[in-house]
Amino acid sequence: MGFLDKHQILERSPTLLLVATFVVISVGGIVEIAPLFYLENTIEDVEGMRPYSPLELTGRDIYIREGCYPCHSQMIRPMRDEVERYGHYSLAAESMYDHPFQWGSKRTGPDVARVGGRYSDAWHVDHLNDPQSVVPESIMPKYAFLGRTQIDGEYVQDLLETHRIVGVPYTDEMIANAQADFIVQADPDGDWDAMVARYPKAVVSNFDSAPGISEMDALVAYLQMLGTLVDFSTFTPDESR
Amino acid sequence: MTKHETDEETGIDTTGHEWDGIKELNNPLPRWWLWCLYLTIIWGVGYMIAYPAWPMISGATKGVLGYSTRGEVAAEIDRFEAQNADLRASLTEIDLGVLKDNPDLQRFAYANGAAVFRTNCSQCHGSGAAGALGYPNLLDDDWLWGGAIQDIALSIDHGIRNETDADAHWSQMPAYGEVLSSDEIDNAVQYVMQLAGSDFDVEMANAGAVIFDEQCSACHGADGKGDRDVGAPNLTDAIWLYGSDIAAVTETVTNARFGVMPAWGQRLTRSDINAVAAYVHGLGGGE
Repeated sequence: MGFLDKHQILERSPTLLLVATFVVISVGGIVEIAPLFYLENTIEDVEGMRPYSPLELTGRDIYIREGCYPCHSQMIRPMRDEVERYGHYSLAAESMYDHPFQWGSKRTGPDVARVGGRYSDAWHVDHLNDPQSVVPESIMPKYAFLGRTQIDGEYVQDLLETHRIVGVPYTDEMIANAQADFIVQADPDGDWDAMVARYPKAVVSNFDSAPGISEMDALVAYLQMLGTLVDFSTFTPDESR
Repeated sequence: MTKHETDEETGIDTTGHEWDGIKELNNPLPRWWLWCLYLTIIWGVGYMIAYPAWPMISGATKGVLGYSTRGEVAAEIDRFEAQNADLRASLTEIDLGVLKDNPDLQRFAYANGAAVFRTNCSQCHGSGAAGALGYPNLLDDDWLWGGAIQDIALSIDHGIRNETDADAHWSQMPAYGEVLSSDEIDNAVQYVMQLAGSDFDVEMANAGAVIFDEQCSACHGADGKGDRDVGAPNLTDAIWLYGSDIAAVTETVTNARFGVMPAWGQRLTRSDINAVAAYVHGLGGGE
């Protein structure tokens, strides 16, 4: 009786019930979400993170377009078995330029958060062309068509600008040189010094060993940088997490 | 309006709701259910005190148990490392040449190496180490860069033709499509077929022998048995990394091959490298 019976007031007024429900859910939302925007340890300071190079960003779009994320996660969880298999657990900072992030929630194939540098370019190309040729037990589909689609980076400048709008710190210089950087990253004989200066640790290679720039080049460029940026020799984990 | 009344049959109050003459008894919630609810609330409060929970101004409350996910994973890795710390230390220090004199350590190296191999090497060399087209078979006794256990460890440590390790094995076969005419290449390929014991055209092979001597013998040897210092394969056996048919060999001569292996010394510990070298050496082809 008394206080507990007052719920009848809420239950008899749909509008009041709606407002009260919204208030209760908002409390949960504010407590869980709002701190992520102001807490300094949400995204730790790490050395080495940089925005994606134009070719990598294009490869990332292909990764999303082909739906790699339903089978491959990009999130090494802090557990011993995962660290042993894939390398250092993923940090929030490593996804800070991802729009949207590719953490995934299902591993039909292995995690690819640190696949960069693990295999040769030729392996990636062989594996994407015909996964079973190198891993007979694999059930991954073939992506040989990527090597047959030539791309020229015509709109890559717009792509970088779009990412800048949502907060990726692309400089004016990066945006002005977007298409040139896109082309030179796949040309080891080209003049790529300035591109690597803008995007440290970017791998310069004719990834698919074929003339021109194909979607295969872009995707392999993206895969070969995954997880390689953060300098873990200078990283001290924040123990409060 | 609702009106409370007491049900005559059971003596329990009704909720006062009535639908077509059907009334609802206002029974209390089952006691076990209520107790579960209260217990979860108490548990929740205790949990918030014991574990990191509430976001504050500069960070979340840390909880009286001092738990952290990262601390836990670091502790678990340390605990696991400690279990085999002695064996790992010995394996890090050991001269691989004498590993076979230490059966306990060798057993550990094989088991540990097998795990490292499945995690890191099987994607290219196959889960059974039989390789794939373009990725060497590690079960046979044909070695490009040497098959002694120390040679294998060196290849794993620094890798082959990669850009990340200055000490990587390095060699580059010329693309003879830019040097020789296609007839000359066809002839040289026929001579290679002769060396390998396959079917060949005698006339072409004789012409090819001259080209082989001029262009190929510096690396592959006058007898075609290869040179491990430059990773030049033996051409006289039946083992072919990129295929044994004339088309594949012609492709190799025309455009060359450039097999790359990452430098695993930049990713694995010394102990793991020695372990996987011992494992690969023990697969059957080790020298």
